This record gives sequence, C-alpha cells and structure tokens, in this order.
Amino acid sequence: MLMRLFSGDAPRSRVLTVLLVVTALGLALAPFILQGAKPLNVAAKICVFIVLVASFDLLLGYTGIVSFAHTMFFGIGAYGVAIALTRMGPNWGALAAGIAGSLALSLLLSLLIGLFSLRVRAIFYAMITLAVASAFQTLASQLSDFTGGEDGLNFKLPEVLTPGFSLSETPFLGVSLDGKLISYYLVFVASVVLFLLMLRVVNSPFGRVLQAIRENDFRAEALGYRTVVYRTLSNVLSAGFATLAGTLLALWLRYNGPDTSLSFEIMIDILLMVVIGGMGTMYGAVLGAALFIVAQNYLQDLMRLGSEALAGAGATALANLIHPDRWLLWLGVLFILSVYYFPTGIVGRLRKS
Amino acid sequence: MSTPAPPILLANEALPKAHLDRLPLLLAPALALLALPLIGSFPTWVTLTVAGLAMGMIIFIIASGLTLVFGLMDILNFGHGVFIALGAFLATAVLGSMADWTASTSLLVNLLAVLPAMIVAMGVAGAVGYAFERLIIRPVYGQHLKQILITMGGMIVGEELIKVIWGPQQIPLPLPGGFKGALLLGEAAVEKYRLVAVVIGLLVFAAMFWVLARTKLGLLIRAGVQDREMVESLGYRIERLFIGVFVAGSALAGLGGVMWGLYQQNVTPQMGAQVNVLIFIVIIIGGLGSTGGCFIGALLVGLLANYTGFLAPKVALFSNIGLMVLILLWRPQGLYPVAKR
Repeated sequence: MLMRLFSGDAPRSRVLTVLLVVTALGLALAPFILQGAKPLNVAAKICVFIVLVASFDLLLGYTGIVSFAHTMFFGIGAYGVAIALTRMGPNWGALAAGIAGSLALSLLLSLLIGLFSLRVRAIFYAMITLAVASAFQTLASQLSDFTGGEDGLNFKLPEVLTPGFSLSETPFLGVSLDGKLISYYLVFVASVVLFLLMLRVVNSPFGRVLQAIRENDFRAEALGYRTVVYRTLSNVLSAGFATLAGTLLALWLRYNGPDTSLSFEIMIDILLMVVIGGMGTMYGAVLGAALFIVAQNYLQDLMRLGSEALAGAGATALANLIHPDRWLLWLGVLFILSVYYFPTGIVGRLRKS
Repeated sequence: MSTPAPPILLANEALPKAHLDRLPLLLAPALALLALPLIGSFPTWVTLTVAGLAMGMIIFIIASGLTLVFGLMDILNFGHGVFIALGAFLATAVLGSMADWTASTSLLVNLLAVLPAMIVAMGVAGAVGYAFERLIIRPVYGQHLKQILITMGGMIVGEELIKVIWGPQQIPLPLPGGFKGALLLGEAAVEKYRLVAVVIGLLVFAAMFWVLARTKLGLLIRAGVQDREMVESLGYRIERLFIGVFVAGSALAGLGGVMWGLYQQNVTPQMGAQVNVLIFIVIIIGGLGSTGGCFIGALLVGLLANYTGFLAPKVALFSNIGLMVLILLWRPQGLYPVAKR
C-alpha cells in the first residue's frame, strides 16, 4: 500500500529515508512544534518550493531539458489567483477560475514554446526560454492596471482561510484553530498530493521514455519514440505543476508581485535546489528545497555573527566574504562543486554509500 | 539513386567561389529606411539611427566572442555576462582614479583616460576568462547540460564576487568631459559618445574581420568552426586555439562592458545578466557560431530598440523578442546558419 503511494520508487537508502521522514513530519506538524509567524512561513514556503522544484526536476533531471522559463509558469499561477481574487472578490468561484485560467494559459504557452524550440538542441531551448522569461517579466510589470506593476497585488481570501476565521474557541494542543492553520494545511496537503502525482509520472512507462531521451535521444528515437512529442509533453506537464505551485504560493502569501514569483533570482534558486538536492531523483527536490530555504532564512543569521566577529578582529575583506548578503556566493560555489563531484546531488550520494 | 555527381574541377580551374548570401545584408538598411517615414522627421531619424548603430556596435563587441566560442567548441558560456560587468566595474575604478583627466574637456586627454580603462578591462577580463575556462568549463567539455548549469553557476559566483569587491549598489560612471554633449549635423543632434562608440565598434569589427579573413589564425578558426576534427587531424591543436578565442572573447566582453557602462552612465552588478539576454537574442538571430550574422543581428537589435523606443516605448521592451521570432520564422537556424549545425 505504502509502496503504491510512492509509485514503487522507495528512497533506497536508510539515511535518506530518515531525512525524508523527518522533513515530512516536520512539515506536517510545523504549526504545533514551532511557535510564531516566521517558522510557519518558512514551512509553507518549503511545501510550495518542493512542488516547484520537483516540477523543474521532471524537466531537467528526468528529460534533460534546461529551461529558464520555469518561474514564468510559477508566476502565471500566482498572478492567476491574485488577479481573479482581486477582480471577482474573495470567493471559491474566483479561486477556481484563477487556477483554471492560469493553468490553461500555462499549458498553451508551454506547448507553443515547446513546439517552437524543442526540435532543436538543448542549448537553443535554454536561450529561447531565457529571452521569453525576461520578456514576460517586463510584460507583467508593464501591465500595471492588471497586475499591480512593481507593487504587486494584495488580495483577500475566502473567509475560511483568513486569520480572523476561527474553527473553535478552545485552542487545540495550544494552537488556535484559525484560518491561517487551515490555509497551511491546505498548502501542505496539496503539495503532498502534487508531489506524489509527479512521482507517479516519472515512474510510469512515460517517465521511463523521458529518462531514455535524457540518456540518449538518438537511440530513443531509433526505438520508435517520437522524442519531440515526449519532450513537449514533459515540458507541458512540468509547466502545469509549476503553475499549481504558484497558485499555492499566492494562497499562502495573500499577495503576489514580480519579486515573489517571477524574478530571475527565484529561477536561480530553483536551479540550485534541484542540483544540490539531486537531479533526476524527485526526492532531491524535497531535500534541496528544505535545505535551501532553511539556509536562506537561518544561515544568514549565522553568517552575520561570523562576519561581525571578523570585522571586529580587523579582517574586513574576510568579513565581506561572509557578509550575510553574500550567502548566495557560497551556495553558488557549492552548486559548481556538486555539478562536478556529485551530479546526482545529496540523494545520489546517499544512495551510493 | 540518381544524385548528380559533383562537378569535377580541372587542375588549372579556379575553385568555385563560395556563394555569398546577400539577403541578410539588406536587413539593417531596410529597417532604417522603413523607419524613416514612420518617424517623419529627418533630423530625429539621424539621431536615432546613430544611437541605434552605437548600441548595435557595443552589443556586437560583447556578443562576437560568445558566438565564436560556440562555433568553435560547441560551448555556450551562460556566464559571459560576468565579464561585461567586470569590465564596467574596472572602468569605474580606473576612471575614478584619473578624475582630473576625465574632468578635462579636451577630447585627447579624455581618450588618454579612457584608453587605459579599456586596456585594464580587457586585460583583467581576459585573464579571468582564462581562469574561468580552465577551472570551470574545461572539466565539462562535450556535456551540454552540465555546461549550461556550470556556466550559470560561474555567473552567480562571479556576480557575488563583484558585489564583495565593489559593493552591491549602483555606481555612477560619468562620461569624460569631452565626450559629453552633442554635435549638430545640420539639424540633427548626435551625441558625441555615440559617434565614438560607432568608431570603436567599426575598428573592432574591421580588426576581427581582418584576422578571420586574412590571417592563418583566422583561417584555422574558421576551419575549426566548419569541421573541428578535420583541423585536428591536420595536426593543429584546436584546444589551444579555442583557449585563445575564449580569452579574446572574454577580453572583448570586458571592452564592451566599459562601453556599455559609459553608454548607460552607471554600472550595477546585475548588468551582466541583463545584457546576457540581449546578446543571446543577437546570436540566435545571427545563427549560432556566425560572426557576420552576429554583426547584422546586433545592428538590427540596436536600431529596432531605438526606433521603437521613440515610436512606441511600451512595445520597445518586446521588440527584440518579436524580431527574433520573425527572423526564426524566416530562417529557423538564424540568418547565417553554420553548416554543421
């Protein structure tokens, strides 16, 4: 039964299993073990990014396609929900319309880009998506009547999901059962379902063909699989999942703007998460996203301590190197090292040992 | 099977001339002529055209190295933008230390100040390019996926290192006194710096064209782009050639960075990533690996950006993508497809 849930794709490493169980339990019980707003925000962000990173892994790790337009689809999802709820008011119909609309747009757009440029080689696709994504970002900030421009959109959710709503007067295990809790679990459950769905996709016969294309597209074609069709389908699927991740993010934040869902920085973050976690493993997305976001939120505090200590000791140059704003430098170095020395990331490393 | 046999050459007969594809050459003049009635006023048109040519030249300087490297070794460096930013930041450092020379309004003194900035930028960018190639790209020759990832990683690290050295904020890079202001050609006002940029761009293009077309080195590079294995089997070490081209490409990106920084009159650590998008569009338009195509692509992008910026500023932001789509619909491999791809 459990194996069916994981589509027969077990973690295949004791340490990995432990890490995954800890992450899953931590996320499932986050509102009860962690106090305050920040830890819950971090947990929700991890859930959303697990879906987003896994969807990127479907494309990069399983099909071997590099796309730099993944945040575009993420942004479409987030903007879809934001615009629908702003225009149509805070009700479930608007939410459904937002999700359906953005999903349709994403699927169409990814189909077009795929058909247009996946016939050619990987590098070409990477360049085209980079250009398209930057144009889309400009478009989103230019259509300010519609998207709120650089300021983004603040919107209201259906009443059940607002912090003001309360399920019962008495707190359960010391936690008040308010709308915030309900929206957290909405995000959590949706993420779990989407992740398991993607695990199903990559372990299906369809997923096997994708991996065959990644390993040797010429041979896959010779075996009778139309690689263009499979590549395009993989592109469309991954765009769809990214869009859904975007809708979850907007639901959680009750806000969306270019910097939260569309910027190139997020694209870089996703790339780092996939590679550090482990390309082509799905579970890598879980570990990568969790590690990265925890580091993003807590490593900086640690670096600040170190940097101030060094600055106090007079080593300004060194202090600049570990300045908290420079944390991406170290993750970039880690990224390069992991592409060289362990291309299958943490998960691949754990499975080998 | 009845494929016609290739014509047999007699011993004393000249080699058949390579067919010169002239159609793309007409694109930039056609675009300029098309814009004239739309803009309506001739002086404005002159101003915009010079601005467009200047922008195109700078983009060409930056993009030419990238497209050659790709043609030669099948390596696309997504970290190319770092060298642009590096060049621009070095220019702020060099020009900043020569404040009394840049403040002078004499063009000659100004050139004496800008020249060392360009030399330093090219030298350092070239040296960093060498290290970048050895440390980052060399281990992943022939593996496309890893190349894209690793050069992107190099870009992240490089950008962060620039922030470590110069700080994350935007730094102004004022034009030297003599470059400021505009010349009046009839009624058309043409900014002096744009003329300087056009001249430098033409010089670089001429030098590059001469090296590629008239020297043995250039012959080897062009042959390498066509068929690498054949050149290797004739006993030339294409890898050394490649490193040379990579270093030259990085140095040119550094030079382009100085010029782009002066064009924008300020520099930010993120400028590399921004220009990257532009130069990718240019080399896709030109045909990956083609220098001539890259030149035409750069001019088209520069001209179109300035014309649309005047006619319809909102559209201008997407004009590049539109141009790319149109060109690719016409020629799916770019203006001048390189034979083996």
